[in-house]
Amino acid sequence: MSDEALSEEAMQNEVVEVRVHTDPVEEAVERLTERFPEVVEDPRPDFGGYMVPANQIRDVAAYVRDELGFDYLSSVTGLDLIDEGKMEVVYHTYSIDKGGSALVLKVHVDREEPTVPSLTPMWPGADFQEREIWDLYGINFEGHPDQRRILLWDGFEGHPMRKDWHEPFYEEEHKPFGSRWPGGEVFRAEERNPYGKNVQYPAGWQPESLEFNPDTEVYAGMTVTREATPGLKTEKVTVNMGPQHPSTHGVFRMVVTLDGETVLKLEPVMGYLHRNHEQIGERNTFIQNIPFTDRLDYLSSMGNNHGYVLAVEQLLGSKVPERAEWIRILMVELNRISNHAWALGFLLNDMGAFQTPALYMITERELIVDFFEATAGSRMMCNYMRFGGVAYDLPTEFRGQPTMEFLDELIYEQIPRFIEEMDVYLTNNEIVRARGIGVGTLSAEEAIAYSTAGPVLRASGVPYDVRRAEPYSYYDELDFDIAVFYNGDVYDRYLVRIEEMRQSVRILKQILPHLRSTMGAPIVEGKPQYAIRVPRGGDAYGRVENPKGELGFYITAKTRSSNPERYHVRAPSFINLTALGKMCRGHKVADIVTILGSIDIVLGEVDR
Amino acid sequence: MYGLGIVKGMAVTLRHFTETYLDDLRWAFRGGRYHNEEALKVRQHLGKNRGAVTINYPEEKLPMPERFRFIPFLVTDDPPPGQNWGHDWCTSCGICAKVCPPQCIWIKRGTKPNGRPKPEPEEFYIDIDICMNCGFCAEFCPFDAIKMDHDYELADYDRTYSHIHDKARLSKPISYWREIVPAKAAAEEAARELAEQSKGKRRSKDDEPEPQLADDVQRQLFYKGVLY
Ligand code: SF4
Ligand code: SF4
Repeated sequence: MSDEALSEEAMQNEVVEVRVHTDPVEEAVERLTERFPEVVEDPRPDFGGYMVPANQIRDVAAYVRDELGFDYLSSVTGLDLIDEGKMEVVYHTYSIDKGGSALVLKVHVDREEPTVPSLTPMWPGADFQEREIWDLYGINFEGHPDQRRILLWDGFEGHPMRKDWHEPFYEEEHKPFGSRWPGGEVFRAEERNPYGKNVQYPAGWQPESLEFNPDTEVYAGMTVTREATPGLKTEKVTVNMGPQHPSTHGVFRMVVTLDGETVLKLEPVMGYLHRNHEQIGERNTFIQNIPFTDRLDYLSSMGNNHGYVLAVEQLLGSKVPERAEWIRILMVELNRISNHAWALGFLLNDMGAFQTPALYMITERELIVDFFEATAGSRMMCNYMRFGGVAYDLPTEFRGQPTMEFLDELIYEQIPRFIEEMDVYLTNNEIVRARGIGVGTLSAEEAIAYSTAGPVLRASGVPYDVRRAEPYSYYDELDFDIAVFYNGDVYDRYLVRIEEMRQSVRILKQILPHLRSTMGAPIVEGKPQYAIRVPRGGDAYGRVENPKGELGFYITAKTRSSNPERYHVRAPSFINLTALGKMCRGHKVADIVTILGSIDIVLGEVDR
Repeated sequence: MYGLGIVKGMAVTLRHFTETYLDDLRWAFRGGRYHNEEALKVRQHLGKNRGAVTINYPEEKLPMPERFRFIPFLVTDDPPPGQNWGHDWCTSCGICAKVCPPQCIWIKRGTKPNGRPKPEPEEFYIDIDICMNCGFCAEFCPFDAIKMDHDYELADYDRTYSHIHDKARLSKPISYWREIVPAKAAAEEAARELAEQSKGKRRSKDDEPEPQLADDVQRQLFYKGVLY
């Protein structure tokens, strides 16, 4: 066969392989607007999404979920549109089957008495997110089964994400603050707001008068209801696990109602690490948010950086140079391995294999984070990505070895060897199997309904991975499989993570040649700037598949502004916790610990 | 067979357990496995390490990579004899104070006797309790005047004012910077020289200073990563 014929055949083959990307959203929107003529496109320029009248949101949501196949409610966001006297709730729904981008629904309500029908009865995954919006914005969700504060304490005054709420150490609406330069007089925030004056209380409430009955308040958790199960001498006991408890991976509390040793009900209590990250983000300029995202899920800061810069790059219209994209993928995938190694090590800790597996697991992680340190300057708080690229090129050498040689050895030998060793070490261990199989099960339907993401979703047999569903960066050119297992228990979540590490190695092997061939090419678009303004306003949602699950950043900005108007984080750890109560019901108290370990939460991201 | 998985796992543990002791023996006649520069290097080397890789801090310390960043310091000229630091490089342009994410830099710009601003800080404070070691100040300073330090042992008995570093505490001579990050410091110096030259050339041609270009050249050298 002549060369020409060959290449022609190759071309034909290629044509066959090309997948036709039809946008499922367009088609869905057509049907949606036909069915509900009141649903209109967001009229503001550069804003996407569809406006739904508040009283129709339930019907529309049911239609979107059942008829249009957008069955995954990924993110619910509240906004305060103070200029228009409105509050807004934004829903991002995705189609698990078809993948692609989001069908965005928006509801506008009056700012004085904001009330929106709750979607929790349809999508239990909206539960914590709606509670968060009630907590931070004071939007009332009608029909929510349990609308209480979630991140702040019950005696907190006001709703802190509202634009007219000011923190006690409030200086100015936006950074940089004028007091820093040129006439900078140093002061400590504690001096201006001494202890006692730095908290606001509800009107008429005196902290001194706080009467406190230890039996009913603090030890409410320990009340014993003498209500024996027929035929058995058991008592219903309510126990607090946490906030200080070695199994909670941070400051986190679970209120557990037990019948003997069996869990009847479990309710997570969080917010101990809450710092109003989103409001800090709205005071910050765009670039100042990058190091703050490191502090969300501090075990995978590269992924956090990536999600945030992707969102802002949509607003900026940046074009990322090729080398920067490869470096980003290198970092993010190394980060996935290091995160999963940590998660599995501590899952084993939770199962009772105290510290030994954890330490074996983090040996290789150590190399990865040290490589981050040599490249980005810090082991965990990488602050590495910039809009339109990355901050630094790879170092020429690492620990006396040329970097590329080091990466070859790391990716071709060290990490695969480590994964296989851990596989031999743990996967068939009878105790791991006994503690994991059948524990904390979540069916595929439940996993979707609860908006879980990442390994939790994929262990339940839902092959949904943002890298495939809506490829960003160069993921559509890379060859890898989505790790998916079907039993939805602790053991399968363990297997998913092992398999994902293998797939990450596979991706890393494919990008090494690209890193070599682009050596010396630019790694950032244009000149690095510190005062970035978005050329156009509007909203953007950037999402990445972080090791914990889908991490999304919803950002709105005004035209030519230097700071986001709204900065929302779709935190996978937080939303995955919605399903914790469901997973634990019916299991023994000791299983709570492994189930929580198998979700793999980081409290920095849960509490924000 | 039930229990086989555990046995296999235990074999892995046993190997890890004995490896460190064997490595101990290997190093016994070469200065020991711990507190030995050479052994530390091997222990940290990927693929060559056997057994536990832990470091006996503080007796042993890992060398910091050049890009490691901790609380910033201000660069000054090498001090004249008898003094601690020399002339500030900082021109109090305020870029670092503007870009700092937690806003922990306070700068009081100097004034000339005639009341005009002087390109020199009168006071310069960094509250290191608030500093998040992001490195933006060093990254965006156009004069190489603020740099990230490698000194991470800052524990202190006082948690208030000793953590607000003033100019005296922050200033360190350029020779210190050259010492802790030799390659990067050399690259910066080359970049500055290049910038100086290109500026000179432009001046002689049409009397128009273009500081933009200098900046650009400098950044390019950095971002290429080929120089250090
Ligand atoms: S950016 Fe550099 S020159 Fe400008 S004030 Fe800061 S340290 Fe001084
Ligand atoms: S390192 Fe970051 S936080 Fe610290 S002073 Fe510099 S800019 Fe501010």
